[in-house]
Amino acid sequence: MKEELIVSGRLNHLIDPQLHIWHWHIPLYLFLGGLAAGILFFAALFTIRGKENEYPTSVKLAPFITPVLLIIGLLALFFDLNHKLYFWQLYTTIRIESPMSWGAWVLMIVTPLSFIWCALNIKTIFPAWDWKYDWLKELEAFFRKHVIVISWIMLISSLILGVYTGILFSAFNARPLWNTSILGPLFLTSGLSTGAAVIVLMSKNKHERHTFAKIDLMLIGIELFLITHMFMGFLASTQVHIEAAELFLGGPYTTPFWLFVVTLGLGIPAILELLEIRGYKMPYYIAPALVIFGGLVFRFIIAYAGQASRWLY
Amino acid sequence: MRYAMAVDTRKCVGCSDCVVACQTENNVPVGFCRDWVVEVIDGTYPKLEIEIRSERCNHCENSPCVRCCPTGASHYAEGGVVLVTPHKCIGCGACIASCPYDARYPHPDGHVDKCTFCLHNRVEKGLDPACVSVCPTKCMYFGDLDDPSSSVSKILKVRKFKTLIPEAGTRPQLYFLI
Amino acid sequence: MSTRRDFIKISSIGLGGTAVLAGVAKWGLGKPSDTMATNALHPPKRFTKTPTYCEICFWQCAGWVYKDEEGKIQKITGNDDDQHCNGRFCPRGTGGIGQYYDEDRLKTPLIRTRENGKDIFREASWDEALDYIAAKMKKIAKEHGPECIALFTHGSGGAHFSHMLKAFGSATVAAPSFAQCRGPREVGFLTTFGDIIYSPERIDIRNTRCMVLIGSHLGENMHNGQVQEMSDAIDRGATIITVDPRFSTAAGKSKYWLPIKPATDLALLLAWIHVLIENNWYDKEYVEKYTHGFDELKEHVKSFTPEWAFGITTIDPNIIRETAREMYNAAPSVIVNPGRHVTWYGDDTQRMRAVAILTALLGSWGRRGGYYKPEKLHLENYPVPPFPEPKRKPTDAYNGRYQLANEVVANGLCDATIPSVERACNLQAWIVNGTNLLAAFPNQANTLEAIQNLQLLVVVDTMPVELTGYADVVLPECTYLERYDMLRNSNHRQPNLALRMPAAEPRWNTKPASWIARELAAKLGLSAWFPWKDMEELLDWQLKSAGSSLEEMKKIGVKNFPREVDDLYFTPGEDVVFNTTTGKIELYSTDMEGEGFDPLPVYTPHEEPPDGYYRLNYGRAPMHTFSRTANNPNLTDLMDENVLWVNPKVARLWGLKNGQPVKLKNQDDIISTFSIKVRITERIRWDSVYMVHGFGHNNKKLSRAHGRGINDTELITRVHVDPVMGGTGMRGNFVTFITDFEKSGKEVLS
Repeated sequence: MKEELIVSGRLNHLIDPQLHIWHWHIPLYLFLGGLAAGILFFAALFTIRGKENEYPTSVKLAPFITPVLLIIGLLALFFDLNHKLYFWQLYTTIRIESPMSWGAWVLMIVTPLSFIWCALNIKTIFPAWDWKYDWLKELEAFFRKHVIVISWIMLISSLILGVYTGILFSAFNARPLWNTSILGPLFLTSGLSTGAAVIVLMSKNKHERHTFAKIDLMLIGIELFLITHMFMGFLASTQVHIEAAELFLGGPYTTPFWLFVVTLGLGIPAILELLEIRGYKMPYYIAPALVIFGGLVFRFIIAYAGQASRWLY
Repeated sequence: MRYAMAVDTRKCVGCSDCVVACQTENNVPVGFCRDWVVEVIDGTYPKLEIEIRSERCNHCENSPCVRCCPTGASHYAEGGVVLVTPHKCIGCGACIASCPYDARYPHPDGHVDKCTFCLHNRVEKGLDPACVSVCPTKCMYFGDLDDPSSSVSKILKVRKFKTLIPEAGTRPQLYFLI
Repeated sequence: MSTRRDFIKISSIGLGGTAVLAGVAKWGLGKPSDTMATNALHPPKRFTKTPTYCEICFWQCAGWVYKDEEGKIQKITGNDDDQHCNGRFCPRGTGGIGQYYDEDRLKTPLIRTRENGKDIFREASWDEALDYIAAKMKKIAKEHGPECIALFTHGSGGAHFSHMLKAFGSATVAAPSFAQCRGPREVGFLTTFGDIIYSPERIDIRNTRCMVLIGSHLGENMHNGQVQEMSDAIDRGATIITVDPRFSTAAGKSKYWLPIKPATDLALLLAWIHVLIENNWYDKEYVEKYTHGFDELKEHVKSFTPEWAFGITTIDPNIIRETAREMYNAAPSVIVNPGRHVTWYGDDTQRMRAVAILTALLGSWGRRGGYYKPEKLHLENYPVPPFPEPKRKPTDAYNGRYQLANEVVANGLCDATIPSVERACNLQAWIVNGTNLLAAFPNQANTLEAIQNLQLLVVVDTMPVELTGYADVVLPECTYLERYDMLRNSNHRQPNLALRMPAAEPRWNTKPASWIARELAAKLGLSAWFPWKDMEELLDWQLKSAGSSLEEMKKIGVKNFPREVDDLYFTPGEDVVFNTTTGKIELYSTDMEGEGFDPLPVYTPHEEPPDGYYRLNYGRAPMHTFSRTANNPNLTDLMDENVLWVNPKVARLWGLKNGQPVKLKNQDDIISTFSIKVRITERIRWDSVYMVHGFGHNNKKLSRAHGRGINDTELITRVHVDPVMGGTGMRGNFVTFITDFEKSGKEVLS
């Protein structure tokens, strides 16, 4: 029998017996950030391809929730900090090797962009909007002139926003569950998928709903593929990775993950979407709602399970 | 200059003096510890083996905590000692999650804290870190690996040693003599 | 007859009454964790240091107390000149500041009063408390005699209180550390070599080539100097042989670990003696010159072969021979460590005699790497009037028994408090300082019965330990960091003195023992025996008589003096006269024979655990001392409760899981008050369980210690008394598991 124990009574708060340094703030932000990234990505994509009018909700309506999502996300991040008064230190330096630094700066780009995007499309909600001041009108005209450039910036930065949180987690080799390069693309795909789902929910345009449902279906397929390969990778990797995978294969996170995330959040929506494409009539809002729910639970499970996986003791 | 520490597991009895001395020397808040003692027992009665280690932050050469810090609060100081500048730390916890040795903890003041090799308060004054100075079995060595006459360089030349989870790729500078 | 004495929780302090809190500087400071990290925002402070010697255990290492600019105690480190610690304190000493900052400390004198049909404590002034005690003491002295007032002590306070008591006319002073701990070894060695082992033990570990630990778990018991020297010995390649049914830390560092069956150590020792003699693996010259009774010994051990021992101890006979050979190869630089807490099965003096005989055969007594000749400074005593002669001696209390005991038998005094046909009178009052008798004495029921017969129980302590709940008067002593005490004058390789001076003012309304004894003496009209103005005057006088001064000692803390007589070891061919009847080392003990005991040790089998029961083994942890540190915040950080070591086979049998809480029931159907967590480990035999002593505190005022783990003392109800010197053997108790119990245990002492 092998015993390995700490005999000096180490019980550091939030570290022992299991790491719990991040609570609900982080998974909430991950979800909101991914969702915002997804929405803004599609908004930018279809603007660049000139399809603003074919997909009006995607380009002109859905982005309105993104500033709210991002602000809530940023607030969640702020409240998670232990040394809140010093948060501004994040913006005194750019550290290439730290994904969290990228994230801080990307958020600095995406959040204003989302506001600008909303400003550009304000007439969707308030048709009689008047900018009143001349300098505002000039600013609006300037942005509208360069809307393609803005779209490209938003496209790339929303992609970074969607992927960097996964990269951030995967850079922690100390938490074997996260230490897979699949996590970045997985988070991105999940973000895009939830974004597409929100667009489906918000859209009144049947054609738009269908397109995005198909996009969502494809993204769900990719997600399932990535998840499968993530686990195959763990089981074929080192002992600590196998143990990390076992958290989901008989361990405490098994039921929540496979039931809520994979079945309810991915599998059933996929089936529903397929059936809809085949022509079966059903309420269009069930599948997207499940996708969004699954996306949220997925972030929580990954954040918590990751903190439960470790190298030592 | 490359500061490193060696712990002789053959002599360590697990008394945890290093833990208390560090606490009183560095005002570590009660309930937290910067170093700790691990006991590993292998075998079946009566064929048994025991290894006792005094562990702390390994002040890794390739430390993930310095790499992932978004503000640069986690940094390499003199001799490769990894330190945290409290007024630059935002308390995001990334470094805590990134340490495979779970050596860091959130200080009640808000910043992140861990073993500092007593760099500023002792080593720079010519003393050994508190844990090394107090150890009743004198099983701990500290010094400059780049200096062949330092106690730690000399002991590593004549004894077999190991580090913890070298496969994590962090190149730790805490050596265990076995 | 006094009314039944109830246990009073110190939390139930009565309101009203004449509570006068003479506020001494009230420290509003919190724990040392005042989150002042040494960083850019809080630059490092400048420190001043004052000397002290530690009081946490009996090793009394000398060290320095560091205080910052505000006078707040920051840390404690060792004094480099001190032979006890060589500049390095152990974890308890380093954590001593926790004792100072502990908010659960006793803060003010308390007197037991009856209110609304219930006993409670009311706060009192020092004057009131001491008046109460003095009045009772005078009454008892008049009715029964001053000798009926006993002092139980462990630590520096004893010197002050025993001085006062001696002036009062009583020499009834005992320390539990004799009959509850090292007594058998002192008597075993005294009858053999004519000298005792002292404390710190006079063993030359740092020069030894082979050390045998039989009943010693160095590394878990933190005898600072011994652990340090053992580490030095390991560095020099010394062989360590550990005999222990448990895989102790020392066993993990040993060349040989003999996993002996519990209670059979004497058989192994006899077999070793047999092997050494049979193979002529002994120091012939030494034995010829210095010992008496070799031929009797040789005849006696003839039948104690390794094969015979194997059947009893389960140790392979070849290993017995091999280890004997190792000892001989290293002789005379070999130590069979006499251990410390050696009160096990009632034949302990005989077992220690066997250790002494082994030591003599190997020729290591008085030799380098074996036992050295310690020396103590001869210190003048401040002149006082002659003491009155007590009419009764402490030994009268135990009626002619234990004639060979060279110190007072504490449990004998305890028993002498219970009226019996054997005695004309009983002890009427106890003053207890620095020892929690309910944890120190086995058989708690007996101790409680004794207490019920007392007219007066005064407990002087720093913490509200269980015994305080039964006191008539509780006097809060300040910690060693807040007071002066007598100089530490120890037996060591070099004579030495260490100074203890206060690093801070006493917190709350606590006082040093020196003050308490002096004030009590004044109230008893004994001020003539306390002629010095204060401790500073007394210490300065003593130091000047030794060629130093208080001023000097305050700067250096420890002063080592050159030896006056002799070398550390015997010189080759030296004619040594031993302080025994024959003047030689008595392998065959005439003293034992004279008292009607076996002159040569004989193995007697001891009781084994009944079916479903396991022997209750207990020991130490290096971060705690007895039961007195269980509330220290720095040390509870390291270990806040004990765990029960259970062999995996046993765990499987009982379906126990790691970390599962269980209660224990012993052979006399006593159930533990609290529960303990199980640690499933291969380190313990399948016929035993093991836990660290000193936990399971049952006083809610000990906020960090209450209810944590099990108090092994409450399960030690079967006591095997050593007929030679009265030692209380405590290892003959067996326990079984109770896995199904209510979370809230019934409080025994409620």
